[in-house]
Amino acid sequence: MTDIQLWTLIFIGASFAVYLYIAWRSRVKETAGFYVAGQGIPTIANGAAVAADWMSAASFISMAGLIAFLGSDGSIYLMGWTGGYVLLALLIAPYLRKWGKFTVPEFVGDRYSEMVRTIAAVAAIIISFTYVVGQMRGGGIVFSRFLGLDVTGGVIVAAVIIGLYAVLGGMKGITWTQVAQYTVLIVAYLIPAVAVAQQMTGIPIPQVSFGQILDELNAISAQMGLAQFTDAFAARPQIDVFLVTMSLMIGTAGLPHVIVRFYTTKSVRGARYSAFWALFFIALLYTTAPAVGAFTKLNLLQGVNGVSADALPAWVNNWAATGLVTVGDGVTTISSVSNSPASGADLVVNNDILVLASPEIAGLPAPIVGLVAAGGLAAAMSTAAGLLLVISSSFSHDLYFRRVKRDSTDAQRLLAGRIAMGLAVLIAIYAGINPPAFVAQVVAFAFGLAAASFFPVIVLGIFWKRCNATGAAAGMITGMLFTASYMIYTLPVFGTEANPHILDISPEGIGTIGAIVNFVVTIVVSKMTAPPPAEISEMVENIRYPSERRAVTAGNTPA
Amino acid sequence: MTEVTPDNEARGGAPPPSSPPPASPPDNGWRKEYWSRNLRLMVILLAIWFIVSFGFGVLLVEPLNNIVIAGFPLGFWFAQQGSIYVFVILILVYAKMMDRLDSQFGVDEPETEGAAK
Repeated sequence: MTDIQLWTLIFIGASFAVYLYIAWRSRVKETAGFYVAGQGIPTIANGAAVAADWMSAASFISMAGLIAFLGSDGSIYLMGWTGGYVLLALLIAPYLRKWGKFTVPEFVGDRYSEMVRTIAAVAAIIISFTYVVGQMRGGGIVFSRFLGLDVTGGVIVAAVIIGLYAVLGGMKGITWTQVAQYTVLIVAYLIPAVAVAQQMTGIPIPQVSFGQILDELNAISAQMGLAQFTDAFAARPQIDVFLVTMSLMIGTAGLPHVIVRFYTTKSVRGARYSAFWALFFIALLYTTAPAVGAFTKLNLLQGVNGVSADALPAWVNNWAATGLVTVGDGVTTISSVSNSPASGADLVVNNDILVLASPEIAGLPAPIVGLVAAGGLAAAMSTAAGLLLVISSSFSHDLYFRRVKRDSTDAQRLLAGRIAMGLAVLIAIYAGINPPAFVAQVVAFAFGLAAASFFPVIVLGIFWKRCNATGAAAGMITGMLFTASYMIYTLPVFGTEANPHILDISPEGIGTIGAIVNFVVTIVVSKMTAPPPAEISEMVENIRYPSERRAVTAGNTPA
Repeated sequence: MTEVTPDNEARGGAPPPSSPPPASPPDNGWRKEYWSRNLRLMVILLAIWFIVSFGFGVLLVEPLNNIVIAGFPLGFWFAQQGSIYVFVILILVYAKMMDRLDSQFGVDEPETEGAAK
């Protein structure tokens, strides 16, 4: 066993022990019930839990690698996955908290109709499932590198652990476990980033210091036939950058497993501040990611440029075993690097390994490499647990209980939920082994679907009293179908043929158009049909004010 | 809800929120005012959100890149750093301004039972 494997096992073992201990502790304390637990959680802790729930393997493992190869256009992920919180905080979270039930299908079910609830439950399952696949893949890459398995074996190990964890520890005490997972993942992300920044520029703040190396990075990129790091629209056309960013933003604001977290705050005010703390914690990682991408890319290129194929740095061989780093056949000296096997470059490096390999590429000591692996797993697990809970509650509560068996007992519903969870894990193993795209891209599809289905009907449901059930059902169905059809049309998933993009719009960006279609259809159909009943209008009116009005004395400004 | 009593001990003695009476309150004025001020704040903050991210970070990124500060082309900096800082500040400003609006209109929530746990 190498030093790196040993340290990896130590950090993964220690962090898992902490998660299990917390899950066990909160279960003992918590006899009063499942949802009550959330009410006692401080806003700042809830924010950290939202951040862990939401920052997935895509954020931790894939994103900096994608930025390294996308350069400036990596901003689609950076802005897309943070800007959505502004929409969530201003347009959705406080109002759904005031309304105060537990799932997104429940909100649309009450606001519109049972029919809309069913559509929403199905949409929630599809979206969460797409997203889980990305986590299995991410966890699989970690295990594959550090247990010496191929990626298939790694995905299976990750899926079994994530599945067990979600079934056993996921039900209760999930919030505090996620606080611990946030701590592990942010420490694991920041320590190597700070170390590399210090080593390369002498300034230990990566956000500031990566400006120092941009010129150098541009120069060596040009020399090796890659696009300049700071050039905008080198990887994607401008219109597509705009649409993908928007799609990720409104998708974030419509994701069921994110929205559900704001019900656990103790007040409407708490929901607003939770959104602030969540984005604050997310921003710590997100402003560091482009620095990690830039530093790692420079280190990587400098380490291999002009080096002979049998004298490459150790990390190349370490990662070659996973099949995610390959040296071209018959290559003697490295003169080109790419992230795409089709490019025919001398050295091909998969996006998904860059963060995990960055300490090795920078020559940092083994304990840091192990810490990063534990962080990657924390990111994958915390998100997967939240997603599996949405799948299981949508299935058992909103589909099975409402549609199949209205007189089902609690035990039957719990069983139905567990079966749904188990099935999701099994299918996710298959999809994780044969992913349609890179982890971050797989996740981007989930966002596109969420953008095109949930965001419009939730926002209209809050801000437009006239919006009715027929409109919402029609809007969600057309939005989802439109978006999914274009994704299938342009991607070689499910054995279909990949067709060229229409008007430069990529499948990741189509969610924006899908959301517009949803908005238009919902508004037009609502206008053409009867207005919703008076009690619905009353309900919408009431979620707009945080509490009952009480007396205010003029001049007395409360703290 | 139907009328606002000039209560002397409103702070401590505010009743816990309960479902409102079915009839619409006769003085709807404050509700309209509260809601329109909420919407105005929302529109202003969302305008800043759009200008910084889609304006500086996507539409104007190329001209802004001609300005370089501390090694960063400015458009690139907005797209990968600046917009995120602005998002965090926007949510904090929103939460603070809504605190003020809520207490001005007397719809802020009693914090007591939540904080005790």
